[in-house]
Amino acid sequence: MPHDHSDHPHALLPPEPALRVKALETILIRKGLIDPKALNEIIDTYQNKIGPQNGAQVVARAWSDAEFRAALLSDATAAVSDLGYFGRQGEHMVAVENTDAVHNMIVCTLCSCYPWPLLGIPPAWYKSDAYRARVVREPRRVLADFGVTLAAGTAVRVWDSTAEIRYLVIPMRPAGTEGLDLEALAALVSRDSMIGTALAQKPAQKPTQDPG
Amino acid sequence: MSRLHDMGGRFGDGPVIPESPDAPVFAADWQARALAVTLACGALGQWNIDISRHARERLSPQDYTGFSYYQIWISALADLLVERGVLTEADLAGQEQEQDRDQGQADNPAHPLAARMLNAEAVAAVLAQGGPASRDSDQRPKFSLGQAVRCRHPADNCLVEGGHSRLPAYAAGARGYIFRLHGSHVLPDSNAHDLGEAPEPLYAVRFAARELWAHPEHRDDQVILDLWQSYLAPL
Repeated sequence: MPHDHSDHPHALLPPEPALRVKALETILIRKGLIDPKALNEIIDTYQNKIGPQNGAQVVARAWSDAEFRAALLSDATAAVSDLGYFGRQGEHMVAVENTDAVHNMIVCTLCSCYPWPLLGIPPAWYKSDAYRARVVREPRRVLADFGVTLAAGTAVRVWDSTAEIRYLVIPMRPAGTEGLDLEALAALVSRDSMIGTALAQKPAQKPTQDPG
Repeated sequence: MSRLHDMGGRFGDGPVIPESPDAPVFAADWQARALAVTLACGALGQWNIDISRHARERLSPQDYTGFSYYQIWISALADLLVERGVLTEADLAGQEQEQDRDQGQADNPAHPLAARMLNAEAVAAVLAQGGPASRDSDQRPKFSLGQAVRCRHPADNCLVEGGHSRLPAYAAGARGYIFRLHGSHVLPDSNAHDLGEAPEPLYAVRFAARELWAHPEHRDDQVILDLWQSYLAPL
């Protein structure tokens, strides 16, 4: 195996993770190869600007606008680009729609591929060995870990992101959401529902008027 | 044989632990720095995404198992920086810095790649641009929608022994059906080893769970994988 090393260069850095990152960052800054301001900018982008609120906007629009839904299902990359969502790890998007017959779930068993422009940086569980190992073989037991039970007649379709295609699940629109605007609909769409480990939330019950 | 990253279908991992939607994007500051340093170094243009994935996969089994997610990232990055000639082992060991200090030098001559450093002002544009993997290819699609295919077995890279591949071991030898055509994409098995992009048709292939597992949860469950044409043979 030509690229294997018995002794990897990383072992020359301090083993403790925070010190290891700091040591490498310091060397690279000193060499003029990375800009600390650029690092802050990258972190700010994924901590504050890009996240699941983007995907929730896409889902809310798909629920409300038949023309957009059709465009999203036929060419998701173009449809979400039109809403301003594109870039690194979202270059080739496919949207898959949950129905009574099929429940979709997304994983990357080989690493951690995830649609960054729509959902941001993946949560720790998505990158965990347990999720990567189990969801392709026992998706219903994984759903149970999230407190989700599917109807007996619903098939699970797990998408393993083995190439540069990134998938977004469009959860089923909950009943009782007729007349809600885009903002109210988007508030029902969690990150996990767009990966397939949750369903969209039901709208809060309207307070019943006190008959007294 | 596969490597440890190829874990789809493995037994014994225990429960998946969900996270609150309010959980921080990065559990610790060093994790955010690890991601940012990795992306900033990618902008130096000394490797592609397949090379960087392979660098993580070929950490020793002991390291891959023992390291947390971002420890894998930062350690593989350090390895790549040395392998691609961006830094030296002496740099990582801090020896050069000590030498400079001994010689009273504050500033080194500019690094040959310093002109490629990602500036803060360019970050938004670089992240927005991304790096599409679709390419024109002289290989025409051999398979049509619905056609039965079989994945090659074993799942190993055919070009390089122990090399990078995106065919998970759990699908090796399995029968599936062409579900979508994605166009032609860069072939990771070649691109991860500086052998060229070698683009070829890429398909979403549908497998019945009962084709992949001895004890599927439901007779109608399916797993879909994105697979390159050279991973597949007609049935």
